[in-house]
Amino acid sequence: MTQYILRRLLLMVPVAFLVTVIVFTLIRLSPGDPVLVFAGEERDPEALDALRHQYGLDQPMPVQFVVWLEHAVQGDLGRSLRTRQPVLEAITERLPKTIELGGTAILISITVALVVGTAAALNRNSALDLFATGFTLAGVSLPNFYLGIILILLFALALRIFPPGGYADFASEPFDNLKRLVLPAVTLATASLAVNMRQVRSSLLDVLSQEYLRTARAKGLGERAVIVGHAMKNGLIPVVTIFGLQVGAILDGAIITETIFFWPGVGRLAVDSISGRDYPVVQAIVLMSALSFMVSTLAVDILYAWLDPRISYTRRAT
Amino acid sequence: MRGVIRRNPRLLIGGVIVLVLLFVALAAPLISPYDPIKVDVSQNLEPPSLAHPLGTDDLGRDVLSRVIWGSRISLSVGVISVGIGFFVGVSLGLAAGYLGGLVDLLAMRAIDALLAFPALVLAISITAALGPQIQNAMIAIGIVAIPAYTRLTRGQVLSMREREFVVAARTIGATPLRVVMRHIFPNITNPLVVQATLGTAGAILAEAALSFLGLGAQPPDPSWGQDINYNARYLSNLMWWMSLGPGTAIFLAVFAFNFLGDALRDALDPRLRRAA
Repeated sequence: MTQYILRRLLLMVPVAFLVTVIVFTLIRLSPGDPVLVFAGEERDPEALDALRHQYGLDQPMPVQFVVWLEHAVQGDLGRSLRTRQPVLEAITERLPKTIELGGTAILISITVALVVGTAAALNRNSALDLFATGFTLAGVSLPNFYLGIILILLFALALRIFPPGGYADFASEPFDNLKRLVLPAVTLATASLAVNMRQVRSSLLDVLSQEYLRTARAKGLGERAVIVGHAMKNGLIPVVTIFGLQVGAILDGAIITETIFFWPGVGRLAVDSISGRDYPVVQAIVLMSALSFMVSTLAVDILYAWLDPRISYTRRAT
Repeated sequence: MRGVIRRNPRLLIGGVIVLVLLFVALAAPLISPYDPIKVDVSQNLEPPSLAHPLGTDDLGRDVLSRVIWGSRISLSVGVISVGIGFFVGVSLGLAAGYLGGLVDLLAMRAIDALLAFPALVLAISITAALGPQIQNAMIAIGIVAIPAYTRLTRGQVLSMREREFVVAARTIGATPLRVVMRHIFPNITNPLVVQATLGTAGAILAEAALSFLGLGAQPPDPSWGQDINYNARYLSNLMWWMSLGPGTAIFLAVFAFNFLGDALRDALDPRLRRAA
């Protein structure tokens, strides 16, 4: 097992390097001269050249890349072109808000998926099962910005139950914070909920017909013990993978959801920075989301190998 | 064919909706009641009526006409970006799977690097880097789709390359290109067709998201995602109709391709069902 983890970590190095190359290249491809943004009103060519020199932008690309990578590894991701705030600070400031939103969404998604997915699998072709299947189909096809808009229209503007957006600090206004959390969290949860419910249902259906469950029943175990202790224990292993990957990709959904609901997290920062051509910030967010996605994928694989002894982790096909 | 459809009614439902969408996109100039970009301020912000079944927006443009014309953008993004992902992804997968060795190693590391990015984050960064235009959104969505095709193709090739008919073809001296194109590829198209159909749903959804963020289609072009974003400012006045049309259109299009893809999966290869 230790060997497997080490091997995977080692394999991550070239991929992580490629990721940094991609991120760097993408940003340098971007239209617009960052020096012009940085210089503000300054248009004197000599002053611009000085700035360019000061920030190393007159160096050849590979040199710039190495310098950038060196700083990035040390946690120095530069400063925002718009606010001059250190990029790392700008991100860590907003990260808790994204985690609050993403964590709640994942919690909703997993809980509902487990409960409804299990009930649907146990009562196949019942009304609940049909509802779950229908919801799954609709959920994966509904863009989350459209869902968000429908929820705002319904629950914020027409019924006035929840505020249409914005953020309140949890420490000073905990109740307001939670009220503002509901709609974005439900929006963010829906797409992954559809996928999760389908996975829980089909994984359970796969194991429910297996012989060892009949054995468990034959030896006199109660239905609860059979389902929870035997069926779910094995049946939910594939579900772990899906959950884990969603944790890693949380920023993906948060970008859109935070934009609609004016939730001041990392996703919204990314969108604002793209429209404001604030490249250091964009670069850092993309890099960090890729790295955290890689780490969570690795964590999922390790967890998977640990949970399911049938998986041989000594020789893994790539 | 009849038997297949009877056993698989979803194939019919999904297929019919997709055909209707294609018809709407192709016949847009004929069936659209108004010019989608014609401004008529005297008719602005009108709720649905007989003259404007889906109402009008703040510039007096007919929402139904914009939804009809918007299908052209969504479907062409679907077709073109799936085309990019399919062509590049399948070629890479064929080469990696059949040639193995260094080619395989390098190709798969590149794919791993692409897979390291959350999909929307990658699509957004590529589009932002190339410049916010619908063509660039297509390229970005296509690049993001590559890994799925590469992995699928490579896996299929690996399971085929030692099969008897492939070995036979090699033995009589067929070139690698001929073996791959004439003997292996025709045998692995089923899962690729399924992937391409589901991929079209994903591409339409991704285009809508990019356009919603202002990175895809640019005004005044009618695009579902962009129109939802543009019209969202009138939600607080409870003017819901401007968002309803494009939103429902996205939902229907994505739903149809997902539905069709699932049905094709069942019809073409029952064994694949569990891998879903």
